Amino acid sequence: MLGVQVAELLVESPPGVDEALDLVTGFDDALEGGFGRLGEQRAAALAAFAAAMGATPLGPALAEAAEKVAAGSTAGEHLSALAGGRAALLGSVHDAELGRLDTALGRTRDSWQEPTPTTEAEADRATNLLAGCRSWLHELAITGWRGVDHDLVSAADQTLEALLAEPTLRRLAVLLDGLVAELRASCPVATMERLPVRRWADLWTRAMLLAQPADDRSGGGETVSGRLLILGVEVHEHGTAVQMQVHGVLEPAGGGDARLVRTSVAAAKVDTIVGPAVWRLLNDHPVLLKALAEHRSLEVTDVPLLGSGDLVWHDDQADAGDPADPFATARIRLAGALAPAVPPLDRHPVRICEPVLVEGYTTDGGTFDLDGDTLAVDTGRLPACGPLTPELVAASTACIGLIRWDAGRWTLQPLAVQATVKRTAVEAHNGDWAQGVTDPKAVKAEARTGDAVAVLRERAGRLLRK
Amino acid sequence: MTAGGAAWEQHSVVRVVPPVKPRKLAKVPFVELADGRLQGVVSSGSDISRVYVSSITAGTHGLNCSTNNNRPCGGLRGAACKHLQALVDEAVLQYGLDRVARYLRVEVADGDDLMSCLRGSRETAPAAVVFSRFLRHLAYLELPGTTAPIPELHWFPAMGEVR
Repeated sequence: MLGVQVAELLVESPPGVDEALDLVTGFDDALEGGFGRLGEQRAAALAAFAAAMGATPLGPALAEAAEKVAAGSTAGEHLSALAGGRAALLGSVHDAELGRLDTALGRTRDSWQEPTPTTEAEADRATNLLAGCRSWLHELAITGWRGVDHDLVSAADQTLEALLAEPTLRRLAVLLDGLVAELRASCPVATMERLPVRRWADLWTRAMLLAQPADDRSGGGETVSGRLLILGVEVHEHGTAVQMQVHGVLEPAGGGDARLVRTSVAAAKVDTIVGPAVWRLLNDHPVLLKALAEHRSLEVTDVPLLGSGDLVWHDDQADAGDPADPFATARIRLAGALAPAVPPLDRHPVRICEPVLVEGYTTDGGTFDLDGDTLAVDTGRLPACGPLTPELVAASTACIGLIRWDAGRWTLQPLAVQATVKRTAVEAHNGDWAQGVTDPKAVKAEARTGDAVAVLRERAGRLLRK
Repeated sequence: MTAGGAAWEQHSVVRVVPPVKPRKLAKVPFVELADGRLQGVVSSGSDISRVYVSSITAGTHGLNCSTNNNRPCGGLRGAACKHLQALVDEAVLQYGLDRVARYLRVEVADGDDLMSCLRGSRETAPAAVVFSRFLRHLAYLELPGTTAPIPELHWFPAMGEVR
């Protein structure tokens, strides 16, 4: 990524983005106090939100929803419409900002192909579970964040447990589990000094959308074979879930354009499994872990590539190949690779995560300075399961990272760095410890706390099936 | 992450749950601040298939300790038993002294031991509820993993913790 490209991002927002975000802020403010007792000001904000969407297909439904909510006769369909409206508004912000980023980077993006709908009816079980989720989400919206207490949080427990047991609803389960944990830790919310209102409204909105009965959301796709060159891995984690999302360039077998893809492996966990121990939960994917730890390319055979650019990982259909330096991949293959389309439901600024290579900068650790243009570095996002530290970032000379956008600001999330420490060139990648910790200091720290996964598995084996 | 133009409230990605510190789980596999109690499960020192369910109520500091089969702990008479002491020690390791003290609503002076600041006496608590929460906690480790992408986890980046 060059200074001029950074400069293009730093000019003011695309037209309409600030206005859209103001409307979202009004919505979020209403949700903080609860749709059950809006008051004049918040009702007006909700009406403005609906009016701004008046010309869209959602217009009539939103107008009715805003009116009914203000009148105190809220039904489920009104809340669904409001969630849809908020998602559409932030979807437009996502499109505008991603478009700006693509232009700055000169990146070509595939267009979205709507998959043919599957005719398979959802099982009754799933239908009932979704209804259970929606009714809890409704109560949450009527009550508002300020009114959330232990009883309301605990009311989600049963639904959540059933949801987690249903593999087809994992996305919703993982999302709700994360939200519930945050609410539980914040109880009683009324006494909190400040609330993460944008975040919680985001999570509520997405949960509402995922809790609607729908066809398969995986986004169709095709079957591909080829060589996957890893750029880096990003770690997603909350108390009870961890996901490793690998970014890479796929060279399709038999030629064709190189594609920018992601592949993800996720596992359920508990909050006391932290740091490098999380890798042990992913031992079912030894080929992927080996490629990450040893910086190797991967040969994949007949694996599904979804329309979203997600390669669905099948460890038994992959072989670790020759050593492949991610920095070389970033220098040579990244610029020409075709970026994937974004599925309609996923369009939210939080999902903007474009891999880039940045080099030739000066840094104090907080920003990368490229010929006078500065890019903020998000050192808060260095996972504890890898070797990257703020110190390494501050000593770095080249960085593979993800460009992200939040609250009107662009940041770079490092995935790997080349640095000079004590006049020696070093390299660190998020996935370096995928097969076990390699840094003596971290090995010691791990030995002090023992093997959390093994202890809990032993306890589970002894106590769960009695 | 709080730097920049917009207010903290207007960020989609902020840390809400404070990070949990790694600790040895062998003795006290489960600790939580929930349902108005510091509660958890302590493995028995003598019988590997027995565990004690221990809890301290926030505010009143009522103490409870019993086996998972609901037999009262013999060590809890007036003063706290070793299981409760272990529970408090591990909770402080996991959450930090401040967070535990704030949750229990107890003033702990610098250098003081949290346990010695509690003035509660024995009080019944729903041990079965705590034990089932522990089983639910363990059940996460039995859930199958997935390779279908979970885009919602972009709201939950790993943010590192105290190394």
